[in-house]
Amino acid sequence: MIEMANKIANDGSGGNGKGVSFLERLKQGLKKTREGLVGRVETLVRGRAKIDDDLLDDIEELLIESDLGVSVATEVIENLKKKVAEGRVTSPDAVMGLLKEELLALVGEEGESIRAAAGGTTVIMVVGVNGTGKTTTVGKLAALLRASGNRVMVAAADTFRAAAIEQLEVWARRAGAEFISQQQGSDPAAVVYDAAAAARSRKVDYLLIDTAGRLHTKSNLMEELKKIRRVVGRELEGAPHEVLLVVDATTGQNGVAQASRFKDAVDVTGLVLTKLDGTAKGGIAISIRKELGIPVRFIGVGEAVEDLREFNPRLFIDALFSS
Amino acid sequence: MVFEGLSEKLQEVLRKLRSKGKLTEKDVDEILREVRVALLEADVNFRVVREFIQSIREKAVGQEVLGSLTPGQQVIKIVHSELTRLMGGVQSKIAIASRPPTIVMLVGLQGAGKTTACAKLAGSLKKQGHSPLMVAADVYRPAAIRQLEVLGETLDIPVFSMGADQNPVDIAKGAVSSAMSKGRDVVLIDTAGRLHIDEELMAELEAIKAAVSPHEILLVADAMTGQDAVNVAKAFNERLGITGVVLTKLDGDARGGAALSIRSVTGCPVKFAGVGEKLDALEPFHPERMASRILGMGDVLTLIEKAEAVIDREKAKKIEQKLRRAEFTLEDFMDQLSQMRKMGPIDQLLGMIPGFGNRKALKGLQVDEKQLARIEAIVNSMTPEERRKPDIINGSRRRRIAMGSGTSVQDVNSLLKQFSQTRKLLKQFGDGGKGPFGKGREMRMPLI
Repeated sequence: MIEMANKIANDGSGGNGKGVSFLERLKQGLKKTREGLVGRVETLVRGRAKIDDDLLDDIEELLIESDLGVSVATEVIENLKKKVAEGRVTSPDAVMGLLKEELLALVGEEGESIRAAAGGTTVIMVVGVNGTGKTTTVGKLAALLRASGNRVMVAAADTFRAAAIEQLEVWARRAGAEFISQQQGSDPAAVVYDAAAAARSRKVDYLLIDTAGRLHTKSNLMEELKKIRRVVGRELEGAPHEVLLVVDATTGQNGVAQASRFKDAVDVTGLVLTKLDGTAKGGIAISIRKELGIPVRFIGVGEAVEDLREFNPRLFIDALFSS
Repeated sequence: MVFEGLSEKLQEVLRKLRSKGKLTEKDVDEILREVRVALLEADVNFRVVREFIQSIREKAVGQEVLGSLTPGQQVIKIVHSELTRLMGGVQSKIAIASRPPTIVMLVGLQGAGKTTACAKLAGSLKKQGHSPLMVAADVYRPAAIRQLEVLGETLDIPVFSMGADQNPVDIAKGAVSSAMSKGRDVVLIDTAGRLHIDEELMAELEAIKAAVSPHEILLVADAMTGQDAVNVAKAFNERLGITGVVLTKLDGDARGGAALSIRSVTGCPVKFAGVGEKLDALEPFHPERMASRILGMGDVLTLIEKAEAVIDREKAKKIEQKLRRAEFTLEDFMDQLSQMRKMGPIDQLLGMIPGFGNRKALKGLQVDEKQLARIEAIVNSMTPEERRKPDIINGSRRRRIAMGSGTSVQDVNSLLKQFSQTRKLLKQFGDGGKGPFGKGREMRMPLI
């Protein structure tokens, strides 16, 4: 794993698009993040003889700039300080390793794959605020599951946004997934009811439900989401097995509020962190994990259908910090 | 959760700072520490925060503390007006070209809300009597063209599209000539969402710009954006020279620090705010409201505002002098009462005073508005002489006052008792020789 990470970190170049390996893609996706953080931590560390408050202050700002939030950043720094005081680290170089350790502890040591149903159809519901990439994520997830030989059905429960149904249909076709929809403006719970019945009779392995984007502060829309969850739970045993909250990596501190409200409403089981191929660091995922215990399941690192990746915390943090 | 803790801490600092006269470095630094955290929690970029705090510090140290404010409130007032100033100053309008059509390009990251913003803008322009044309130049996202077409149908505004296999530059050019021939006076180009580091797609935007010379290039940005907002805004601005910003999803609970970050790195004003899913949910941008939202601290700001708007400083000074000499009369009492009433319901007001809200003794204290009205009526039913020298109020006068104010003699008695106790208290302070607000003592309003 470390080797893989080093490979990722050392090779700064990257092809463009098609036919590149998983690592290449992840690397490409994380490149900006890595350059941002590691490059700067290195700069900070270089030329310093000892660990002083200035160094720790600078690292704190780095963490804040990665959207970890003031309180989490402060806590990480306090822990670092404690360890420095205990004599566990003495050189500025070692601080980086320790920082990595701290962040890994926050984000969780092990990656967790999606929970599957004991038998029958596994239902995955995808939720989030507007514009985070839910429909795209459902499309990519369908492709990922199809690639490992599953029978996949996709339900268009975003009946609100203009042309969301058509958008999902394109994705379903690309992925080779079955597609269930009604007209725009119809009751999303009814779409889900239909989809559950179809999933049962066609014995699909996975049913993916795309829901409309909604701000977590709109209680009527959150109620609608609860209803969707209730309906699918009634129709298929144990469903939904996963409720994935899609969070945009550019999201700031509001991400915690989002996650908290969605968790209250529909019991979110995992996070999908999208748009990690930009310059945003996605540190909010660490805050969400810390505050609410919701693990990251997938990351989105590009526009291509294969650009949804299972989240690997070690690889993620290693890729962020190794030099 | 995080913010509640913060607010308590802020209140503590506000309560602690009590010095009068000029703002000292210590006052300013102490409160700016809290302001810094508040701004960071609101997602203002940390570099922007650093510069901002530095400039406030320079402005604030040495300033006179206005009579009705505490030093902490004074600093926050400075912070707030500076935030407002930084984000304001420009009218929320599309610059209409002297020779039509006016060409507007909407650009931004994926999912910022460009297509929706495009439709909302077109709808509002139509309402103002323009005849907009929307252009579907997002050929990448599946069904993006369809989305704009559906919105166009809803608003009854034409949409120009050439399908998904045409070059966006050609689409834009085609749209402009179509607008000219059909007499559409505003062309709104909805471009595909893209990462600011995507060389190929950024070059495409430059090519569109070069082809149609837009009058406005609006960056559409999500109000929930974190620290990365500066990178995005900077990149788009450097490549395209944006002329304004549309801040979307402001109907959520994000504090929207991105607004300040973007303004700081681009110098471009936020022109519009997206505040809902409906197609008319686009508002002009209000810098003052945004400043309050970013800063949080709503309670403190409201209090400052109310205190400033209402309190007549001269009068306040006179009252203070009277308090010192224990010459406080029922007339002054009335004056103070009516000023306080102008500031709003008393219990709300108490909650807003830093420190008061938290104090256990005041928890559950319900100030009865009716009671206040009664007191006012009683004092109003007194003669001027009685108000100045309450000692002359004997039994028959009490009956008359009670009749005149529609209250009972008991009510009049209890008011007089309360007043004399207050006066006694004030006299004690005065006798201390150090003025009513001697060291370490907290000011107590006579009524409360």
